[in-house]
Amino acid sequence: MSAKPHAPAIDGWHTMAAEPHLIGTRCEGCGTYFFPRQTHYCKNPNCDSTEFEDVELSRTGTLWSYTNACYKPPEPFVASDPFEPYAIAAVELDKEKMVVLGQVATGIGVEDLRVGMPMELVLEPLHETDEDIKVTWKWQPLAD
Amino acid sequence: MSNEIAILGAGMHPWGKWGHNFVEYGVAAAREALADAGVPWRDIRFVSGGATVRCGYPGYVAGATFAQALGWQGAEVNTSYAACASGSQALAAARNKIISGECDVALVVGADTTPKGFLAPAKGYRPEDPDWVRFYLGITNPTYFALYARRRMDLYGDTLADFAAVKVKNSKIGAHNPRARYKKVFSAEDVAASAMVADPLRLMDICATSDGGAALIVSSLDYARKIGRGDAPRVAAISTVTPTFASGVVEMPDIATDSAAAAGVEAIAYRSQIPVKAYEEAGIGPEDVDLAEVYDLSTALELDWIEDLMLAPRGEAAALLRAGDTAVGGRIPVNASGGLACFGEAVPAQALAQVCELTWQLRGEAGDRQVEGAKVGITANQGLFGHGSSVIIKR
Ligand SMILES: [Zn+2]
Repeated sequence: MSAKPHAPAIDGWHTMAAEPHLIGTRCEGCGTYFFPRQTHYCKNPNCDSTEFEDVELSRTGTLWSYTNACYKPPEPFVASDPFEPYAIAAVELDKEKMVVLGQVATGIGVEDLRVGMPMELVLEPLHETDEDIKVTWKWQPLAD
Repeated sequence: MSNEIAILGAGMHPWGKWGHNFVEYGVAAAREALADAGVPWRDIRFVSGGATVRCGYPGYVAGATFAQALGWQGAEVNTSYAACASGSQALAAARNKIISGECDVALVVGADTTPKGFLAPAKGYRPEDPDWVRFYLGITNPTYFALYARRRMDLYGDTLADFAAVKVKNSKIGAHNPRARYKKVFSAEDVAASAMVADPLRLMDICATSDGGAALIVSSLDYARKIGRGDAPRVAAISTVTPTFASGVVEMPDIATDSAAAAGVEAIAYRSQIPVKAYEEAGIGPEDVDLAEVYDLSTALELDWIEDLMLAPRGEAAALLRAGDTAVGGRIPVNASGGLACFGEAVPAQALAQVCELTWQLRGEAGDRQVEGAKVGITANQGLFGHGSSVIIKR
């Protein structure tokens, strides 16, 4: 990997800290969390609030399910050459009571995963551009 | 007063990859349904079409396109877009028109042409589009089906052999369906030898997209009696409910589920809600159902649907499959048509194709696929953007 600077693949969706968090919003009326950020209307049918605060979501959760991508996805995915399959996780956040998808960190395959495992959020490169290395959130089993 | 309407005719253009304009398939299906019903085209007072959307382009205004192709005769038209449930919504529109007394007999039609290549989103940097986000992050359609399948394995002990057995079952019965696209009988070994796409799903666990067209002629019960068809199968229920917040299962194309953190809110799985209204409306329960046509976008998803329709307790669909209960000849045959496994998905036509199959089954005209003594059938499907449906047909 080159010495280019790291930049988020999608601006403002996660912090860039060593122990990163996804950035969502929380409805000030009812406490519902939103990821991606929701700032205009609350989707809870019991709530018509239009006030939201930015929040860092829990960076650990429980593995809801998992799979992998054996074939190269179409654009806008930027594939390595040759394409390297990667695992994908759906992780349930306890406090937010929601499930968030993401790739699994490099080197971890479906054989290393099991529904119910504790998982944590990390940042890893997604692809490289002329200017920088685009990083995104990924899930990995929580170290003991 | 009942909400029932009669199904006088059913028709389908065979599914395949024919490469023609979708209008041709719809017209062929409509003509077959009209002939089957014995109703002249000029007597149809309402044409209800399922719409298709490709890359933001809504095909044509489907209802009107089919009406024009069959020859303008001044009928009223409707077009319904509801992803995989488009056909059911088009059927519901026809039912409303008939129940309200505005029309006696209606044509419901849906048809589609296979899109060319991947359904990739528009280019650029567009994080506000969930489709753009998930493809950028490497999450494709099979990802979602595979997440559901893997959960079955880890929670209920389903195996790859179970998933393969769904494909084997459906290919065996679909081989007897002249309207199916794939008529080859596959073995468990064939499935196991196909390429892994999204673990645990292989190429042969996942349905293809197809060309196809399906149509129904539906009428008031009075009209049916008047033309001597008072015993025709009836639409007893149509459910096109939305999900209920908080939707707890991650659905294509989303990157996350709703949050159920607010007081008084529970995480609810949408699929299991769809048939509830259908059963209530028909005044029957799962124990009354003789056969089901469900949306097997993947083999494992057929097992999910069996439980969502309450034909088996949660986690026990594979046991039903292993006992042969879901095969034709078994206790509760599922996808006697061969299902999407043998058809491939033709989105705006698929929900109607499910009803066509039930119609033929309830009339005892399904030939080698016949479910003996079938009197009540149910369909189920779910697609993008909170669209789904379930239709109950009885005789
Ligand atoms: Zn709220």
